[in-house]
This record gives sequence, C-alpha cells and structure tokens, in this order.
Amino acid sequence: MGRSGPGRIIAIAFSSVVVGVISWLCYLAFVDSADTPQSTWRPMSDNTHNIHTVYEIVFWLAAIVFVFILILTLAFTLMFREKEGTTAQQFHGNSKLEAVLLAVPVLIVVAMMVPSFKAIAQNTADPPEGALEVIAIGHQWWFEFQYPELGVTTANELHVPVGRAVSVKLKSADVIHSFWVPQLVGKVDMMPGHENHLWFTPDTARDDAYLAQCAEFCGASHANMRFRVFVDTEVKFDAWTKATLADAAKPATDIVKAGEQQFTLSGCVGCHTVQGNAIAVGKLGPNLTHVGSRTTIASGVLANTPDGLHKWLSNPPAVKPGSKMPNLGLSEDQIQKLTAYLGSLK
Amino acid sequence: MATAVGTLGHTREESTVWKWMTTVDHKKIGALYLITGFTFFLVGGIEATLVRTQLAVPNGTVLDAGLYNQLFTMHALTMIFLAIMPMGAAFFNYFIPLHIGARDVAFPRLNALSYWVLLSGGLILTSSFFFGEAPNAGWFAYAPLTEKEFAPDKGLDFYTVGLFIAGLASLMSSLNFAVTIINMRAPGMTMMRLPVYMWMTLVVAFLLILSLPVITVALVQLYFDRNFGTNFFTPGAGGDPILWQHLFWVFGHPEVYVLILPSMGIVSEVLPVMSRKPLFGYTAIVMAGASIGVLGFGVWSHHMFTTGLGTVPQYVFSASTMAIGVPTGIKVFNWLGTMYGGNIKMTVATYYSIAFVALFTIGGISGVMHASPSVDGQHQDSYFVVAHIHYVLFGGAIMGIFSGLYYWFPKMTGRLLDETLGKIGFWFIFIGMNLTFFPMHFLGLAGMPRRIYTYDAGLGWETWNFVATIGVYIIVVGVALFLVNVFKTFRKPPDAGDDPWGGATLEWATTSPPPEHNFDVVPVVRDRDPVWYNRDHGIVTPEKPAHLHIHMPPPSYFPLVLGIGILLIGVGALSSLAITALGVVVVYYALWGWALEPTE
Repeated sequence: MGRSGPGRIIAIAFSSVVVGVISWLCYLAFVDSADTPQSTWRPMSDNTHNIHTVYEIVFWLAAIVFVFILILTLAFTLMFREKEGTTAQQFHGNSKLEAVLLAVPVLIVVAMMVPSFKAIAQNTADPPEGALEVIAIGHQWWFEFQYPELGVTTANELHVPVGRAVSVKLKSADVIHSFWVPQLVGKVDMMPGHENHLWFTPDTARDDAYLAQCAEFCGASHANMRFRVFVDTEVKFDAWTKATLADAAKPATDIVKAGEQQFTLSGCVGCHTVQGNAIAVGKLGPNLTHVGSRTTIASGVLANTPDGLHKWLSNPPAVKPGSKMPNLGLSEDQIQKLTAYLGSLK
Repeated sequence: MATAVGTLGHTREESTVWKWMTTVDHKKIGALYLITGFTFFLVGGIEATLVRTQLAVPNGTVLDAGLYNQLFTMHALTMIFLAIMPMGAAFFNYFIPLHIGARDVAFPRLNALSYWVLLSGGLILTSSFFFGEAPNAGWFAYAPLTEKEFAPDKGLDFYTVGLFIAGLASLMSSLNFAVTIINMRAPGMTMMRLPVYMWMTLVVAFLLILSLPVITVALVQLYFDRNFGTNFFTPGAGGDPILWQHLFWVFGHPEVYVLILPSMGIVSEVLPVMSRKPLFGYTAIVMAGASIGVLGFGVWSHHMFTTGLGTVPQYVFSASTMAIGVPTGIKVFNWLGTMYGGNIKMTVATYYSIAFVALFTIGGISGVMHASPSVDGQHQDSYFVVAHIHYVLFGGAIMGIFSGLYYWFPKMTGRLLDETLGKIGFWFIFIGMNLTFFPMHFLGLAGMPRRIYTYDAGLGWETWNFVATIGVYIIVVGVALFLVNVFKTFRKPPDAGDDPWGGATLEWATTSPPPEHNFDVVPVVRDRDPVWYNRDHGIVTPEKPAHLHIHMPPPSYFPLVLGIGILLIGVGALSSLAITALGVVVVYYALWGWALEPTE
C-alpha cells in the first residue's frame, strides 16, 4: 500500500473495510443492548420520545464522525508509513483547507444544537393541565411516593395511568438521589433543600414494570436503590387507587394475627405505617399498608415472596449494606409470623 | 570558592539518596515526579482491577459495598491527582527548560518544594486505606453525602486535606512553569516559535492557577463543615449542596483539560518528528489549545444538567460545551494533516500517538453527544459517561503519556526502550483498553448506572461487564510488559545517542541525558523547528568553551524540610493540634533557612 495511485486507493479501501466491519459489529452490539429491560433506547412516553428524536440525530452524526476519522487515521498510517527511498513532503499547513475544515465541526455542532434546544424547551415546559400530581421523595435507600390528590402514600412501586401526564415533584429526605426511568423520563436529581420537577405522559400500558434505579451516588447501598413504575390502563389504575386507599386487611388466620402482634413487639411500628393499625404510624421506613401487593421488597432488591421476606427479616444490612433497618435478631418463629403478616397486607 | 555556594556546596561528597533529596535540578525533580506518578498509576490500576473484578459477574462477592465505594473513589482520585497530573508535571519539569533553551526553571527551590508537597498530599490520601477509612463518596464528593451526618468517619477529611495539599503543589509548580516559559526563553524563541508542547503547558499552568483556588475554597469549606460545625453545604441550615457542585465543577471541568492538554502537546511533538515533516497548522493548533482552555471555564454546569438548572442555563451550557467541539475538531484535523504526506517512522511512540488520535476522537465525540442536555438525561451517571471519560483519560491522556515515555526515555536515560517489546505491550494495552471501555457504551445504553457495586442478572448487562473485566486484565499484562521493558533497558549500556529520532526541538541538541546545565552554549533559535533549521542550513552548534562558567543553583534541603512541615500540618489536621503546631514550627524554620540561604 503506497502513497500514490493504486496503492493509495487500496489503503483507503482496506481501511474502510476494517473500520466498516468494526463499526458494524459495534452497531449490532448497540442494537442488541437497546433491547434490554432498562434500555435508554426504548422511549415509551412523550418525554423520552423528545429525547430520542435528538438522541438519534446526535447518535448518527457521532457515528459518521467516528467512521470518517477512524478511516482517515488508519488509511494515513498505512499510506504514509516509512518507506525506503521516499521523503516526507515539507509543508506547514494549508490555510484554505483549514478554513474549510473549520466549517465541518461548526456545522456538526449546529446540527446537534438546534434539535437539542427544541427538546430542552419541550421537556422543561410546564406540565399540561390535569396532570396527576406525585411527590417522590428519595431516602437512603428507597423511594417514597405520595399522591396528594388521591391521599395515597406508597413506596418503591409507582403506579400511573396510561395517557395522562404525571407531574412529579422531586424531594430528598437526606442526600442527593436521582429519579430516572430510562423508558419514561430522563433523569432529574432529588436535591435536599430544593424541589425539582419533571413530567411525562406514558403512552403504553403493560403488565411488566418499567425498571428504574437511583442514578446519583448516594452512599453504601446506592446500587440497591431501585424502583418500578407500573403504567396501568385507566380501569386498572382506578382499581389500584381504591385498593390502596383502603385500610390494611384485618388478620384472618392465627399466624397472621400473631404476626401483627409481633409487628408491634419487635418495634416495627416505630418506623412503618400500616393504615388501619392504630399503633403502626412510624414514618422513617416505607409505608407497609399494602406491602403484600407489591412485586418486590427492599426497594426492588428482593422478590416479594416468603423466601424474600425471610431473607430480608433475618438480616436487612446483609441484603442492603448500611440499611437503616437494623438486624433485629428475630427468631425463626418470629420471622415466620412476620412473613405471614406482611404477606397478608395485600 | 566559586562553586561552594549555598547551604550545600556542589563539591561536597554526598550519598545518592541525599543528592536526590536536596536536588533542585529540574531534570532530577522531573524524574522524581515520573517515578512517583507511575507508582501511583500502578496503585490506581490495582484499584481499578479490583473494581472490575467485583463487577465481572452479577451479584459479585469479591468486595463488599463499603470497600467498593472506597476503591472507585480512590481509583479516580489516584489516577487524576496522583498519576496523570504528576506524570504530566514530570515531563513539564524535565522538558520546559530543554524546550525553551534554558538552564533550569525560574524558581528551582520552589520546584523541589512542589514535588515534596505533592508527595505529602499523595501519602496522606493513600494512607487513608491503612486506617480503613478511605474517602468513599466519589471524587466529586457531592454534599451532603460528605457531611459529618452521612459520612462520620475520617475518609472525607483525608480527602479534603490530601487534595488541599496536592493542590498547593500544583499551584506552586504551575506558577513556576508559567513564569519560566514566559521569561526564560532562549534568544530567538518567540512565543510563536514555542513548541506546541510548551503552549499546552502554558495553557495548563493558567488553567490550574485560575481553577485551583476555587476547589481550595470548597475543600476548606467542607473541612469546616465537617470539623467546626459550619453549614456551607448543609441544607436546612442555610447551606446549599448545589454550591458545592458549582465550586467543584468550576475547578473540575478545567481539570479535565489539565489532564488531556499535555498529551495533546506530546502528540503534537511526536507526530511531526516521526512523520519527518513540520506540524500541520501550527497557529491553528496553538489557538485551538488556547481556546479550549478559555472555553473550558464556561462549561462547568454541563456536569449539572440533571440538577434542575432550568431552561436557559441548559441552553447556555449546552451551547458552550458543544462549542468546545470545534477547536477539538481542528486539532484532530491538524494531526491527520501532519501525518498526510509524511514518511512515518513506525516507532512505539508513533503507535501510541496514532492510537491517541483515534481513541481521543471517540471520547471527544461521545462528549459532544451528552453536551445535549436531553441526551444527557439518559447518559448522566450511566456507564456511557464512564466509557466517555476513559476514552478521554485512558485513550487520550494515558496514551499520550506512554507516547511521551517511549519518545523521551532515551533523552532522559541515554537508553532506547526495546521497540519489539514495546509494540507487543502496545497491542495489549490498546486491545485491552478497547475491550474494557467500548462495551461500557453498550452498558450505558442498557441503562446501567455507574458507581454501583452490584447488579442483578437479567438486565442484559452480564456479557459486556464480563468482557470489560477481561479487558482490564489484558491492560495489566500490557503495563507489566512496559515495566519489564524499563528494567531490561536499564541493564544495557547507553545506546541512544543524542538524537535517536531526528527530533526538531532543542532537547535533541544536547546530550542524552543532558548535563546539569542543559546546554554548554545557550542555543539561538531561528525557526519553530530549530534543530531541523540548523541541520538544513548547515548551522553547527558552537563548540563547548574551554572554561565553563555556568552558575547553577546549589542543592538545598530546605524545600524538603518545608515539605515535611506541610505534611505535619496535614497530619495534624487529621489528628491533633499538637502535630499541626509542630508542623508550623518546621515550616517557619524552613522558611527562615530558605530566606537566608546564600545564593551567590
């Protein structure tokens, strides 16, 4: 491969093939990664559609520059590498070419800037009238969700109706956390001492949860601070609201009754609220009124099954390092009772 | 006694260790920086390897959450402040006087002090591991997670004190470098004849002089919050965690250019020499570097797009950030233009420089991608950003440093590193680097947040995390091969000659390694590429005069003593007032001795 005539063409062709193949493999891996549960590349709301429109433009511009520069780098390396009997051409630059090339990054930047600005305007606009208000509060290491207009308080699993804007006020009870549901809304931080906002209108109801997790490092168990968003049909959402507003189920069996007593005896009531249980009015931990109806516990770390509850109750800090809920040193019998009780809180 | 001036004369017989401890020779100090920086590079690498080992498989059990959080924090702090910056400072130290045709830096004793203070900062920061209380809140240390309430152990105090002291060192050396470059150029070395590497050094020095005071203020405030009950960053008591973020990033973003510009400078020296033609578009590349420096101060809030900045600030910081893409793009074109039409000698230094152009471009492109605040809403704090910074800092800064190591090793030691072994090592590092960091783009796209010590299976993150961990081990082999190469090279006799590459800049006009006074006769500069100009115009270096009467600054132990005093003050700030008081006494003693030291 040489620096003139056919050699030059071979060098460029060879480089194009090499870079082309590498880029194509990267693209396949990219597409493959886009098809994952917590993907940032599967917009399911107006907010993420706005983002995605820009993202695609930016992505393809980036891809073109990537391919172009890599081909040139490789081709020049092959074309101009040391050869007996040749000398380097001595020149200090080319002002005309440099001036023309200056336009290339300028044009790319403008092409990214215009759609970016449009998306900023869209996503920071005020939420539409009639949006469902939610207050999301970040705690080390779980999410609290309040619905002021419905009077509902829940944790780690956010239910919203499809097709209606959801306006979320973001707060923090301790350090900085970040609210991010990759398929529904780009992240906005939960700042202590400040109130942030975001809104989105989910467009697809489904049974599977939209996965999410805290996106700002917030201490020992940052990795274990996850949450789920359920986008329900209107009918389903109304049913969920009604069920969630109701008091906790009354104990029906002996073991559940024993579990309710244990819930008091072990001091759980000091930190957790169970609506309908007059002594369980604690506010430090998640509201457990309908914990039995959630799909996961411990902010999405364990499945909400007897096994999961057992694992959690045996030693919370082992599941979630730094957990504010201490190891209560419960006996096997006590764990059985509590598991039965918590499971009954549908 | 013309030579026996100062507290320590040149003529006394001293042990090697003592010579190094009292040296004020910029070349010896440069070597100390290099050894220190590379050692910390290995420490930071071990930390990274542990972090990646934990993440190799879902629900990894190699590290627990607490240790993981310390390791990822210390990895960043070590690499940024104790590895890349000192290795940058090493080359600055060694090559500023050689590049501009001077005998030493402007303030040789201050130069020695900078090194000892940097070492003190590094020791304080790293010693935190031995107390089981390393900083664990990320290198960015966002309040209020760093306040006493949420971080009661001493880790964050090691952070504030260690960085404060390391910052002091950088501030002193930056002033020294700026003064040297501006004032001590050889006759004919006009500003627009400065090697690009010198321009980048000058820009870096000004970036540090202007940005370090900001972080210093923030560190002091955090220290006061934690130890004296102030409330600068505590919400609910009149403080504001956002304030920390502004202060941190007003420093933190220019800091990124502090890390990358030296490597851009190295590549701008290596590529023309190896291509055997002048740099393409010297003026453009200098102006681009300077404008990156200036613009670098107007983009800090792009690290804060998700903090609820509001609409207009997002426009402003998005626009300014994207604008930095323009001078960066110019630089890439100019490096390619330099290769074009050349007769490129494919040395290991060339390999690393070309790899720099390709890999840095990838990091630059992904940087422009999240300059769009909307896209940033998906990228921020995800692995996409981890991929981006490592393409800039490993693909960029570290590749440039390796290029510089291979390029300048013969000048510094008189010995050429083994080219074959170097090329094998290069491929390990190059392939390992891409295997480690390219998949992180996919992980970010798949929604994996950064700084998590564990993740569940089933999210599509398993494959690429595993691949990334394999990549790290390949890098480890590559770095080990480099060390083998260095040890091997020291066992052979000097073989480099004065100018093994056919260099263009003044360091190649003296011996390898250069004498203490650098040049027997101060060179006269007639062109941007002085050595080439003299070669092409048949200008021979004047003969060494029969009697050299060159006054060099005498060695002194006061910089070391002053450094120890500052170390003691730092240790005292972490333990007891008595040690601080002792440190103050030592500092006073050193300043007294320093001031009264005879210099003529």
